[in-house]
Amino acid sequence: MSQFLQFLFSGITVGATYALAALGFTLIYNASNVINFAQGEFIMLGGMLAFFFMQAGVPMPLAILLAITIPAVVGLLLEKLAIEPAHDADVVTLIIITIGASLVIRGLIQVWLGKGAHTYPAFSGNEPFLIGGATLLPQSLWVLGITALVVVALWYFFSRTLAGKAILATSCNPLAAQLVGVNTRWVLLISFALSAALGAIGGVLLTPITLTSYDVGIMLGLKGFVAVVVGGLGSGLGAVVGGLLVGIIEAMAAGYISSAYKDAVPFILILVILFFMPRGIFGAKVTERV
Amino acid sequence: MALLEVDNLSIAFGGVKAVQNVSFAVDRGLVYSVIGPNGAGKTTLFNLITGVYTPSEGEIRLDGHSIAGAAPHELALRGMARTFQNLQICMNMSALENVMVGAHLQLDRNLVKAMLRFPGMARRDREMQEQARELMRFVGLEAYWTLGASSMPYGALKRLEIARALAAKPQILFLDEPAAGLNSKETAEIDELVRKVADSGITVVLVEHDMKMVMNISDRILVLDYGKKLTEGTAQEVRENPDVIAAYLGSNV
Amino acid sequence: MSMVKRHAPLLVLAVVLLLLPLVLPNNFYYDIAIRMAINAIIVLGLNLLIGFAGQISLGHAGFVGIGAYASAILPTHFGWHPLVAMVAGAGIASAIAAIVARPIFRLKGHYLAMATLGLGIIIAIVIKNEATYTGGPDGMPVPALGVMGFEISGEKQWYWVLAGLLLFSFWASRNLIDSPFGRALRALHGSEVASQVMGVDVVRYKVAIFVLSAFFASLMGSITAHYIGFVTPNLADFFHSIELVTMVVVGGMASIYGSLIGAVLLTALPQALSTFEGWETVVFGVILMFCMIFMPKGLVPTLAARFGSREQGGD
Repeated sequence: MSQFLQFLFSGITVGATYALAALGFTLIYNASNVINFAQGEFIMLGGMLAFFFMQAGVPMPLAILLAITIPAVVGLLLEKLAIEPAHDADVVTLIIITIGASLVIRGLIQVWLGKGAHTYPAFSGNEPFLIGGATLLPQSLWVLGITALVVVALWYFFSRTLAGKAILATSCNPLAAQLVGVNTRWVLLISFALSAALGAIGGVLLTPITLTSYDVGIMLGLKGFVAVVVGGLGSGLGAVVGGLLVGIIEAMAAGYISSAYKDAVPFILILVILFFMPRGIFGAKVTERV
Repeated sequence: MALLEVDNLSIAFGGVKAVQNVSFAVDRGLVYSVIGPNGAGKTTLFNLITGVYTPSEGEIRLDGHSIAGAAPHELALRGMARTFQNLQICMNMSALENVMVGAHLQLDRNLVKAMLRFPGMARRDREMQEQARELMRFVGLEAYWTLGASSMPYGALKRLEIARALAAKPQILFLDEPAAGLNSKETAEIDELVRKVADSGITVVLVEHDMKMVMNISDRILVLDYGKKLTEGTAQEVRENPDVIAAYLGSNV
Repeated sequence: MSMVKRHAPLLVLAVVLLLLPLVLPNNFYYDIAIRMAINAIIVLGLNLLIGFAGQISLGHAGFVGIGAYASAILPTHFGWHPLVAMVAGAGIASAIAAIVARPIFRLKGHYLAMATLGLGIIIAIVIKNEATYTGGPDGMPVPALGVMGFEISGEKQWYWVLAGLLLFSFWASRNLIDSPFGRALRALHGSEVASQVMGVDVVRYKVAIFVLSAFFASLMGSITAHYIGFVTPNLADFFHSIELVTMVVVGGMASIYGSLIGAVLLTALPQALSTFEGWETVVFGVILMFCMIFMPKGLVPTLAARFGSREQGGD
């Protein structure tokens, strides 16, 4: 039982990061129909930048703030410089553009900060809690708590504020949104910035537990995408549920079956989902008019 | 036995009953038109018969064989061809190649033989090119046969689709609004073309809004309204039917 | 297309390949030429899938890895003859491609991309983990390729082998594209619905071309293994898959000679950047973005459109 709980805890913790990444994917997809393969790099940026600033002597709260806002700016740049010029290109083209962007971001960090793994102190110490025979790190609670806060904040933003509804309107029908005065260009920019910030938050929170390095983005991002597919493309609830599910399944499989193949589990999962339930749990149906 | 028999055909999309219990028969060699107000379910009916959708209820028989739920590429084997309301031209290919694709099933499609350029492949391809050129001449597009499909005007593309469908040597041809988006001169040309096609022995089933063309060209007409069959008959009968007039209230007959 | 027009580029290529050894100063350059040829053939197969049929594969290096490791493992651990191992590798790659293709190609766009990505990553992870057979992350040596006691060794011999394979691949691809099968493939890209009503079983064609491109990739993986004499898991990794897609995309989608150009340029690039390891990634990324934003059709088709007529139909 305690083993099960242990796997569950670690699964939910990393699952929360996947959920944040998945929310980022969903946000951008809903606003622009683009799957942003660079999403994982924003997670990496969050951790790496937090490390860099703290190491440079910047006080932790400020370092974290910078580690979240700078990726947001990078997200803005990505939209402005790469997505906007190619806005009516086909799916394959856009996918490749975002892959190119992820290479650029990753390569720049590699050149600037090297290939080593880094970390910084957990927010409230390392004294683990003992629950049902399993250990739970305080940092895990931070991850889960902040993620829950973020999800609630997003929900409030999208359902209660005008700005949030404007974004939703754009995702439903950009032309109609424009006609009623929504500045769709701003919506796109904000979506990318917000999505990057979400990823970065996940990265900042997770680093004390899993360390960070220039290439963590690939796997984290891809697994975040798996979460989106599991939960259903375009659904915010699906993103969160999908993220947690992927994290838990991965941890369980690694614990009970084989830890060497831990990384393969999400991809096997995505193939299974794509084969049997391509719309995911909460996804919408799409038909083509001939 | 009629060439095409449709029995009690229905399909619903979510709660919307797009086609409800429609039955009719098309005899060989006729020009048969399907008309009705917008949203009456004409294109949906086409899509059901040509395999793009699967019916929730009902039977479709081509030449005595049941075809409901068959995939479009299987129907091509049975001698069915069609054009599309929203034009489905392959813009990445030349005009001639578009027509040649129509004859796809008549050629050797083996991958290995193609790669190794087996004897006879090249000759058959040249023959097919000739046939395609002939077809483009038949529909009046000889001016375009060296061009890419993307450089052709809309009216020409509508005729290209017909040439492509004819390349399949079909026994029955479904034309989905061939005159849509065309001016009166172009419409008259399409009218003439459809006649030519029918005269060559191919059974034609037509969805069209242009009433002048429909009344001119059709042997029999099926009228749909809200997915249901309103009436069926000759052009004269349909034109004088009070229910039809009521359904079309305000439009020009 | 007239005989001369059809065969001219192939003849030019043959002449270039024949004369190239006269200007290659030493083995280092032979090596680069060989690697360019290997990549060109893989990219050719991949281009049939991406450029002509309009699909995508973000995990193609997985198939390269299967071929490479089949050529390493089967002779070394099971005593198979290298040629048999090569064919077996291609068979395994094709079988895997065939099995996953049918469900995968019912998907479109992002889903298809992710499924192929997932496949490639799973293959790479398996290779890295099964160390008893594969040597794990450090890789393993590969015996020489030969028949009847004659072994291919040395850059010069490999050069001629690859030159021959390259010419054959281009000839075969050209034939395929101009054939009814090839037309159906391009029609599928242009309009799936239209090609379906013309009798094209769309799913079967997608599967067929995916399997064919996996076959090409695996064979060239085997060739690579025998040429280098050693295999490592990064042959099958995600970055290699992206490199291959970049070559397709930069050289020109739906352009046979674009595949060659893309392979040549992007094989030479890492050599030029070899001292700036981190920058290689950045430059690749910039090239990808730049090409896709400003020249989405790739170099060769964009240039051809600039200087060519209104005629169309691939090249």
